[in-house]
Amino acid sequence: MAGSGNSEVKLLGAWASPYVARARIALNLKEVQYEFLEEQFGTKSELLLKSNPIYKKIPVLIHDDKPICESLIIVQYIDEVWVSSGPALMPADAYDRALHRFWAVYIDDKFVPSLFGMMRAPTEEAKAESKEQALASLQLLEEAFGKISKGKPFFGGDTIGYLDVALGAFVGWMKAFEEMNGFKLLDDAKTPLLCAWAENFCNNEVVGAVIPETAKLVELAKVMQARFKSAPPAN
Amino acid sequence: MASEKGVMLLDFWVSPFGQRARIALAEKGVEYEYKEENLRDKSELLLKSNPIHKKIPVLIHDGKPICESLIIVQYIDETWSDKAPLLPSDPYQRAQARFWADFVDKKVFECGGKLWKLKGEEQEAAKKEMIEILQILEAQLGDKKYFGGDIFGFVDVAFVPFTSWFYSYETCANFSVEEVAPKIVQWAKRCMERESVEKTLPDPKRVYEFVCYLKKRFGIE
Repeated sequence: MAGSGNSEVKLLGAWASPYVARARIALNLKEVQYEFLEEQFGTKSELLLKSNPIYKKIPVLIHDDKPICESLIIVQYIDEVWVSSGPALMPADAYDRALHRFWAVYIDDKFVPSLFGMMRAPTEEAKAESKEQALASLQLLEEAFGKISKGKPFFGGDTIGYLDVALGAFVGWMKAFEEMNGFKLLDDAKTPLLCAWAENFCNNEVVGAVIPETAKLVELAKVMQARFKSAPPAN
Repeated sequence: MASEKGVMLLDFWVSPFGQRARIALAEKGVEYEYKEENLRDKSELLLKSNPIHKKIPVLIHDGKPICESLIIVQYIDETWSDKAPLLPSDPYQRAQARFWADFVDKKVFECGGKLWKLKGEEQEAAKKEMIEILQILEAQLGDKKYFGGDIFGFVDVAFVPFTSWFYSYETCANFSVEEVAPKIVQWAKRCMERESVEKTLPDPKRVYEFVCYLKKRFGIE
């Protein structure tokens, strides 16, 4: 049932979510026509609650009425279903696949919490700690890039791959945090490979259409920060 | 770095994560060298093979390390693909298998830890959470033989090691898994009929002894 012309594809998401961006980038790379159903900030639609009853979170890909949840699982699904459309996102070699998966999990478990930790931190101390962790994570990712890319522009080699999508979806938010906090996360001196990579990634047509403008993210971040500070954390 | 041919697993006997790798290797009939790590005095090889997390399990195949248990299981499934497929071939079924294995990862170990680490109200809350987790998994299993359907698959491998912790969870938090999730208990028994599982999982009483040892070490109770 892969790639049938009339299959119906919907994506439940939100413009600012980097997890949703992963799914959108993958769909775009595979030239899949889909309907983007925007969830309103602060509310969850019936369709979302029905499609993802366990976590009630976006993104959710709905393919011929069947839901797929969790952004990294969605990206692998897209890669496997629309297999004849565009280059594969996952590497061909099993060991390389394991490396891409390892670093994608690392990004989710270590890098992303420290990145958003800077915004949510209740004290200056906590904020500084998050910043340290974010920078340390990027240093490790810089080394990983050196080994995995083997001199090519992307983690996936000549073309954008699974790990590029996993990390690249966060570039918009990284730029927003750089602007808000007045320091560089990606630094020509410390992470030159990732700097070049980020530029190559964002210059890709289908990616550029998905990553939100820095100014809009900064604006949203300020709204969210005010919410965190004024009320006890909602879910 | 000279790459030694062969398969090695750096592990710790009671680790449910390590057991996933052992079960997968056994299902595939792969010969490997098992190396027990002392987690309070980690070997050079472990620190070199998993410098990021310094954790077990680590699978070393022809000198190349693979870390993170579910990633290891997928690697084993893809590399020794001629026998006992763990992930289904249909992309939607694969996505479901990955989702539920990930659910086990996110929920079971951490909640289980709370059951023996906490007391009073906090423990009660953790118990409620664990019951909910078990019932969600039971609903997912339904009347199937395994989570993978007729085939012992990825989710079965991901979850079955935690069944030898059920006795510890029950004893510490005072509840019965059989009462709240009888199908899960039946499924666990079916899994134990497989040689790969039966030879890998420790006796639940030994796991409980280990939990008691941990409680002493952390000064709990």
